[in-house]
Formats: sequence, structure tokens, C-alpha cells
Amino acid sequence: MLKSKTFVKKTRSGGVLKIVREHYLRDDIWCGSEVCKECKDEAPVLQEHACIESNLCSYPHYLIPDTNVVLHQIDILEDPLIRNVIILQIVLQEVRHRSAPVYKRIKDAIHEKEKHFYTFTNEHHRETFIEREQGESANDRNDRAIRVAAKWYTDHLAKKTNGGSLKVVLLTDDRSNKEKAEQYGLIVYRCEEYIKSLIGNPELMDRLALKPDDQNEITGSKLLFPEHLPLSRIQSGIKNGMFLQGTFHANRDNYLEGKVFINREGEEINEVLLQGLQNLNRAVHQDVVAVELFPKEHWVAPSSVVLQDDSPNDEDAEEDETENKLKGEPSDSSVLQPTGRVVGIIKRNWRPFCGMLSQSMIKEATRHLFTPADRRIPRIRIETRQAANLVGQRIMVAIDGWPKNSRYPNGHFVKNLGSAGDKETETEVLLLEHDVPHQPFSQAVLSFLPKMPWSITEEDLKVRADLRHLCVCSVDPPGCTDIDDTLHCRELENGNLEVGVHIADVSHFIRPGNALDQEAASRGTTVYLCGKRIDMVPELLSSNLCSLRSNVERLAFSCIWEMNHNAEILKAHFTKSIINSKASLTYAEAQMRIDDSTMKDDITKSLRGLNRLAKILKGRRIAKGALTLSSPEVRFHIDSETHDPIDLQSKELKETNSMVEEFMLLANISVAQKIYDEFSECALLRKHPSPPPSNYDILIKAAKSRDLNIHTDSAKALADSLNNATVENFPYFNTLLRILATRCMMQAVYFCSGMDSDFHHYGLASPIYTHFTSPIRRYADIIVHRLLAVAINADSTYPDLMDKHKQSALCNNLNYRHKMAQYAQRASVAFHTQLFFKNKGIINEEGFILFVRKNAIIILIPKFGLEGAVFFDNKDKPSPHLSFDSEGPTLKVEEHTFRMFDEVKVTISLDASNIQHQRIRMALIEPVIPGVSVPVPESEPEAKKPKLDC
Amino acid sequence: MAGLELLSDQGYRLDGRKASELRKVQARTSVFAQADGSAYLEQGNTKALAVVYGPHETRGSRSKSLHDRAVINCQYSMATFSTAERKRRPHGDRKSSEMSLHLKQTFEAAVLTELYPRSQIDIYVKILQADGGNYSACVNAATLALVDAGIPMRDYVCACTAGFVEDTPLADLCHAEESGGGTSLALALLPRSGNIALLQMDARLHQDHLDALIEAAMTACKGLSKVLDGVVRQHLEEVSVLIRD
Repeated sequence: MLKSKTFVKKTRSGGVLKIVREHYLRDDIWCGSEVCKECKDEAPVLQEHACIESNLCSYPHYLIPDTNVVLHQIDILEDPLIRNVIILQIVLQEVRHRSAPVYKRIKDAIHEKEKHFYTFTNEHHRETFIEREQGESANDRNDRAIRVAAKWYTDHLAKKTNGGSLKVVLLTDDRSNKEKAEQYGLIVYRCEEYIKSLIGNPELMDRLALKPDDQNEITGSKLLFPEHLPLSRIQSGIKNGMFLQGTFHANRDNYLEGKVFINREGEEINEVLLQGLQNLNRAVHQDVVAVELFPKEHWVAPSSVVLQDDSPNDEDAEEDETENKLKGEPSDSSVLQPTGRVVGIIKRNWRPFCGMLSQSMIKEATRHLFTPADRRIPRIRIETRQAANLVGQRIMVAIDGWPKNSRYPNGHFVKNLGSAGDKETETEVLLLEHDVPHQPFSQAVLSFLPKMPWSITEEDLKVRADLRHLCVCSVDPPGCTDIDDTLHCRELENGNLEVGVHIADVSHFIRPGNALDQEAASRGTTVYLCGKRIDMVPELLSSNLCSLRSNVERLAFSCIWEMNHNAEILKAHFTKSIINSKASLTYAEAQMRIDDSTMKDDITKSLRGLNRLAKILKGRRIAKGALTLSSPEVRFHIDSETHDPIDLQSKELKETNSMVEEFMLLANISVAQKIYDEFSECALLRKHPSPPPSNYDILIKAAKSRDLNIHTDSAKALADSLNNATVENFPYFNTLLRILATRCMMQAVYFCSGMDSDFHHYGLASPIYTHFTSPIRRYADIIVHRLLAVAINADSTYPDLMDKHKQSALCNNLNYRHKMAQYAQRASVAFHTQLFFKNKGIINEEGFILFVRKNAIIILIPKFGLEGAVFFDNKDKPSPHLSFDSEGPTLKVEEHTFRMFDEVKVTISLDASNIQHQRIRMALIEPVIPGVSVPVPESEPEAKKPKLDC
Repeated sequence: MAGLELLSDQGYRLDGRKASELRKVQARTSVFAQADGSAYLEQGNTKALAVVYGPHETRGSRSKSLHDRAVINCQYSMATFSTAERKRRPHGDRKSSEMSLHLKQTFEAAVLTELYPRSQIDIYVKILQADGGNYSACVNAATLALVDAGIPMRDYVCACTAGFVEDTPLADLCHAEESGGGTSLALALLPRSGNIALLQMDARLHQDHLDALIEAAMTACKGLSKVLDGVVRQHLEEVSVLIRD
């Protein structure tokens, strides 16, 4: 081992420090090629016959990309075609400094065996290490290091193959670097050149990211945007208070408007409004930006109009017109918001976006606009030669940059997902857009599954309580295959009742730290879409070994209480157990058994006991102030063959639903208390913060319009006033009010008890709460199981479980995944609703006004649980006279005044004019307002007939 | 910018070592003529100077002396120029008195103090350049100085640090690795018997990992003992050549 030292000087804030680090050079770093016999590499990565067919290089070769190629062309490198690539350590380090996401992706590529990517530690190799020369910049040195390493490889391989055919090809887009490399005797190509030469891969071409000097050709010379400030000026500006730093959120409904959330504490202003393209200045949703505030007299109110960017092509002229429309808004001084403009981008948060291509008007054009599915993302201009094939397909596109003279950002094509409207494709899109991991489980993950046939062993019997004799049963929705909870209830000899909740013991199968565990932790939750389930754990566990099906022996984690007949807990006891469920019932079956007085078997008795106790528990809970909220939920009846939805049905709630729920709550609360007592620092709990009073404004206003008072001082007051709020002849009113109340709530979140002091669960009115009862579909429950197992000495602990920072990080991931899963679920329901209405044609329905907006009313159709907007301003026609009163809130359209909760009749149809965003269109039938009530001409004949009927 | 990657996927550390490899160790003994024993030791960029006086009569108050064994007096200090930022280091600050105490405990376990009742052995160590593992460099240098002074010991005392990154124990941490926020464990070993003279760890570490970490540190100490033994033997050879002349 040889040793040498380098001296690195580094400056840190203020002073100049001389930092001396050792740098060891080694001669045991192998080249990683199969050809080489001298290097004693045990598992060479690079293949002997490395052929990517290319016009330029007809010989087998390895690729060495330089840093910029990796950074910008990562989409190409990820392609399965590109194999046998040598990633130099210096390149990897530079990538790591400059872009974390690209670093992650290149690392994933390196780990993939089929890709044959090899990392060569050139900086520690005796022959490839170079010292920085006098006057040489760090970048130049790194470029030189890359060339030296490439040269070393060339010579090394030539020697090993006796001057044979195996060569290395350096890829660089830097002109001077290329020249120097050529002088140095290397084979070097520009990335574009090389990719173009590849045989039989035209679509790889489209994935090439555009280089800055290509972009000039694409766009006109007119400057559209102000220049972004350099980072140094932004930083000093932020320091002296001139600029504010925050995350940009584009407005979903109005592409000319956005908000910047300032995430610094102690700042008075935490939201800055941006209006107009110039002021948005190329910020894309989720970017971290620096904004400059306008003086107060320029502050405006957010416009509540809906504007969509659907100009036919990339003409820039018509913008002015729409912008004027924006500015023409009359502004009421009370609602003025801090307004400003973006001066610079601190961090771009671009990811590949799903969407569709809108083909250029010119037939032969290769530049097209891409419309992302997420309306907050601007349209992206891409270059492709296969536009004809891509029309009507869902594709993925990544943004490369947004020059200041271009109306739209430039990007490149990444992947084709399939044809739009296709159920598979749409599901894929909504999973991708909501960042739901949905790939099949990898071999590494599956290798940790128990071997089949699996059975309960002697050891299990020894350490677990044998509860197989108990009359346990499960109650679930129909068609449920992942049964994670079962119940039992029996009378004890002393007259008290024993109630048990038995939860699938998933933590027995998923051991901490292995690949299976990591995958489950990263997925966080099972996602239920219409007709599809994205499992958190492999199916063998979720639907078989962990599923507490009837008449099989299963491992469980039991929570057993001794209660008196008033449902007061006398004793609680937790144990790992073995159970044998006697019946898997649906809610309806269970209800039938309870109601059918002729049935006298053990299961029915047990159910009746549970039901009786549940009622007492529920009553007690509600007395404490637990909220009963409502949301319109629907179920689709799915055709078993075509998987098309054939009918819609609102979810029905039976007594048994609430029975199961009640005991799950009880178990969760008991466990939460237990793990918190045992681990005050690292218990994983769930809290539901009480919402700020302002959230309730809309609810109070809405109730007032019907002369009702809603008290929102506490959960209890709210629950009581909701119970009392009824209007005669309007039975659905209370449900509407509850739906509205649900929208006022905050999100419930997981957290680690050591990191927070407020544990209260507002909705359940419980001082402490956690999730324990669904470990098959939620990762949080697995952690809670592990904590509880440690608390009762049934299992051993491990480092990460007791680390509150790691747990807090885990909680953040779980919260994010849960949120995204919810969004994905809603999106899936929305998509199936569309499919449903596509098949149905036009329907007339009764609905209620849920919200009143400036130019629209939002209507809820209780029958379908469907929400939609009726717009009153139309592009083609002159708008009716509108006057909006935000106090009511009411909207006066011509002569008719719309109030919240008014009953209306609408036609529902599918608007397929925009294939990307197909949406449900609603049009008003009743009340009749001339010029408004039937704004969709095609639906006129159908709409009129029913109108006569009613 | 992301933090430093302490261990790359290829298994190399920041400075190019593998997880179990030590830094280069170089040492010389008898660097001062006035002292009874002295040694200079470099462990990578960490450089330590150790000087030993004694055994001699107890200085200062009599009450300190012990009737059945010798008192070991250790003093640890760092040169002002030893770290990247120049800093005056007064004697007796908390850190150096703690270090002195640790050194004292270490050598009380190794030196055959019972041979010299009512006397005192002074060990002075100074860090000339600090680049991680100051304690272990001091112990190793002091061991050589004690050998040089001809003070009977049970065995060499070899010390080494070990850290824990991405479930892999790293031997002999450098400054960048030590300040990376991970665990650092210092261990002083009597290599032949395998007895531990001192074990010290500040950060939190799960119990499951402790054995692996101690094992790594012990292996490193054994490696060091070979180096130290080589230094002593070489010195002996040089001296004996001189005497023969």
C-alpha cells in the first residue's frame, strides 16, 4: 500500500482554514472487467462482450461519461440499452454535490446488476490520481482526472487483450475537454453524437436533454422574463430582508397566479401572492424561490376566477389580454394580500411529469407542447420525432430548463405509459403522480418471506398464549382478503365479560431492518383504488399468512379486557397469541345474526355481547365530545369481466360497522397508553390537532343562513350543535353540515412522542391515540406492534426503534404516504366516476349547493357522492350579470340568488372535449335562469324533457 | 451540499482506506536525551510526543505517595498549532484534565507499580497535530516512552479508536470521521492477555452493535502492537550496535 498526502485548503465562514487530510493511494483497486486476468476482482462487473450497436463504434467498448453527461442525460443512462458503463468516483462525487436526485438515480443504476455499471475509485488508485497544478481550477483538474482515468483504462485494457478490440469511449459535451482528450489519444464523442449513432433506438434520441446552446434555436429572441438573480445576490438579499425565501405553489385553477409560502419562523408574512407571468418569472410548482415584496399600494386580492392555459399553440401575443383581465379585478382593501414577484430560483424541484402531447399545428414539426396532468405545472415544450405515435398516449416528460426568452420550459420525453383513457394507463398515471410506489416486490424483498408450507411451530406454542378455543370471529366489508382484526366476547365465571381484540401479528413475519421491512416502511400503507389494491406487504402475507381467515390457525397479537356490564374496563392485558377464527363475516351477515332472534350459537352470542358493549362505549365517547363527521362515500359495482363500473352506491353504515370501529378505537387507545407509559420518548402516536377557529368561518356562515348557530369553542360544543342543527323538511341538511365540518378539520398525523408535546386527538376526543389494529395495511401499526411487544417482553428491541429522530423521520414518510394514498384514492374514484358517466350518457339529478364561488357554484349530488361546479361565465357567450357577496356567501345570477345548501337540479354529462382532463360537466336545470340554466347546447333536448316532467 | 460520505459503496473511506485498515503509524523512541524515556509517534496526521520521568521520589506533599506502589502522574496538553484553528489551550481545562485522568487510569493498569513503592512516575504527553484519535496516539506514544525509560510493564498498551458507520465498524478514525457525528469508541488493550485497560465511548450506540465495534477496535489494537513492537526492536538493534562499538 502506497501512501501520499494532499493538502486541501478550505475557507469557511469568515476565516481561512487550512485543512489537511490524508489521502491514501492504493494498488488494489481493480478495473472491474471480465477480460482482465491481472486484477483480482472476485466478481467483475463489466462484460467481455460489451456491445451497444453503434455506427461510430463497431467494436466492443465501455462508456465513461463525464459529470455533466451524468447530470443531464441521466434518463439515457437509465435506459436498459446502455450497459457496461464506468462511473468514475470523481464523477460520482461531483454529481453528489450538485444534484441529490440524480445521484440517487445513478446509484440505483449502479446497483442494478443487468446494467453492468462499475464504479472505479480513480481518486485512490495509484496510477490515476493526479494533483492539482498551479493555476488550474478545480473543475479543470477534475476533467483532467477523468481523462487520465480514461487513458489508464484504454492502456490497461489494450494490454490485457493484447491490443485487442475492447476499447473505452469517453462521453463529454464540453468542447475543450473533448479536444484535449483527442490530443491525449482517447476515443471521445459528444453524448448526442454517440446516441444518434446507436442502431435501432430512435426513441432514445428523444430522451436526450437539450443543451443550453441548442435552446437558442428553439425559441424566439424576444425576452419574455426578467433575468433571475445569481444565488449570491439572492442570499445576501434574504439576509438583509430585501427578499423572502419560500416554496412556490401554483394555483390549480388559475395559471397566472401562485402563492409563495414563507417557511421561516418569526416572519410576519407567511404567504405572498404572485400574479402575472412576469411576476411568476418561470417558477414551477414546488420550487424554492426568492420573492421581492411590492409596496403596499400594489397589493391585491387573490382573484377567484378560474383561468386555464389552453391557448392553441405557443403564441405569446394573446397573453396580454388575459393578464389585463386579471388586473381589472376590483379590489376590496380588506382582503389585500402581500404581493410580490419572483427574483430568483433557489432550488428547482422538478420531477418527471405525466401528461399528454398536444401536437403542433405544423405537420412535420418536431417541437410540440406537452400538457401535464397536474394543472399546476406549466406546459412543456419538447422535441420529438415520434409525435404521431405519441398523440393520445400518456407520456412522461422531464423539464431541462426554462430560458428567459421562452414562454414555456423546455423538456424531453422520458417514457410512454400507454394510451389515455385506458384503465391501466390512467391507474399508472395516478400512481405516478401521487408518488405511490407500486412496482412488483423485488426478489430481495420476497426472499424474506416465510417458506411455504408454513405452520405454527412448537416454539410459537411455547411463547404464545393459546387462544384457539375462544370463539373468535371477524367482521369486514364484503370481498376483504386482508383481514387484520378479529373479536370475541364471553362471559366469565365471576359475571364479568371478557372482550378480546385479536390483531394479525405481522411483526412476527417482518423483522426489523431487512429488505421486506424497508420496503414496507417506504410504502407506508396499502393503497386501495377502485378495483385494485397496491399492497404494502407481499400478497403471501397480506392475504394468507397474516390474514385472520376462518378455520385456520393464525398468529395474533391480542388485547384482552375484562369488563363489567357497563363496559368499564377492569383489567387490560396484552399478549401474543394463537387464534383460530370461527367465522369471517361481512357487516351485513353479522347484522343479520344479531337481529335474528332464533340464532343462539356462540358466535351470535358473542356478537350480541360486543354490540351491546359497543353501544355503551359509543355513547360514552360521544358524551366526551367525539365528533361524528360525514363524507359522501361511494362504492362502485364493478363488472367482473370488463372491470367497468356498472353501478354506483353510497356506502351504507350498519350497526356492526360502528361495533367493530368502537373496539378498534378502544384497542388503539389502550395500546397508545401502554406504549407511551413504557417508552415516553419514542412511542409512535397519532394526533389530530384542533383546527384554528378561522377554519370554521364558512361553517358558521352557512349555518347562519338557515338561522342556526354552530359553536366551535370545543369539540364537544361542535358535536352538540351539529346534533341540534336540523331544518324541517330538509333531512339531508344535517349531513351536508357534517360534510362541511369535515372540510374544516386538520389532517391527523403520526408523530413520535419524544418530539412533540401535544398528543390530543380532536376528532375522537381522546387524550392519546395510535394505530394498532391494521398492521397488514399500515406500517405505523407494525412499529406500534414492535413497541408493544418490547413493552410486554415478547420481543427484543433494535436500535432504530428507540431513536426518536429516526422515528420522527419515519413518521414524516408515513404521513406523506398516507396523504398521497388518499389523493390517489380520490383520483381513482373520480376516474371511475367519469367512466361510469361515459357509459350512462346524460343524467339529471338533484343536488345541493355546497359552496358558492365568485363565478361558479359547487354542487354535491348525494346519490353519487359527486361534486362538481356549475360555471356562470362562459367564454363563447356574454356572461350573465353576477354579483357575489362574501358575507353570505351568496351569488346573485341575474335575478336568482344562490345560497349555500340550496337544492338544485342539474344534468350531468362527461365532457370529453379535453381528452387529458376529461371531466364531469354539470349544467343547471332548476332554478330556471334565462340564458344560464342550460348552457350546454348538445344536452338541450335531453335536458328539457325531464324539466317538463318535474 | 450534502454531508460527507464516510463510507462509499465500494467500501472505501474518505481518505482511501478500507473499513478495517489503520492509518500509517511511524514512531521513534529516545528523542530527548534529558528525559528518562521519550517517544514521538505519528498516527496518520495525528502527532504525539511523550516524555517519561521516573520512577523518582514523590514530589510535593508526602501525603500523595502510596506505601505499596508507585503513583503515576499524567499530564496531557495540546499545542496551540495542533488544530486547524489556532487556539490557546491553558493547562487544566476540562478536556485535558479528563484526558490526563484517562491516561493515568490506563497506565495504572499496565505498569507494574508495586515494584516501586513510595515513588512517582511522570508521563507528559503533548499533541503536536490533532487529526482524530488523540487519546490513542497519546497512549501509544507513552507506551513507547515507558519502554524507553525501562519501566517494567505487563505488556504494551495499545490504543485505537473505532467508529460505526452504516452498520460497519471503522477502525482508527481520522478527524473528519470523528466529527461526522457518529459513535466513537476508544479502547486501550493489553494485546497479549487481551485485557482491556480502558474503554470509553460517549455517543449512543445500540447494545447489539457493541460487540462488533469492540472486536474491530481490538483487532486494530493488535495490529498496532506489532508496529510498536517493531519500533522497539529496531531501536534496540540500533542501540546495541552502538554499544558493541
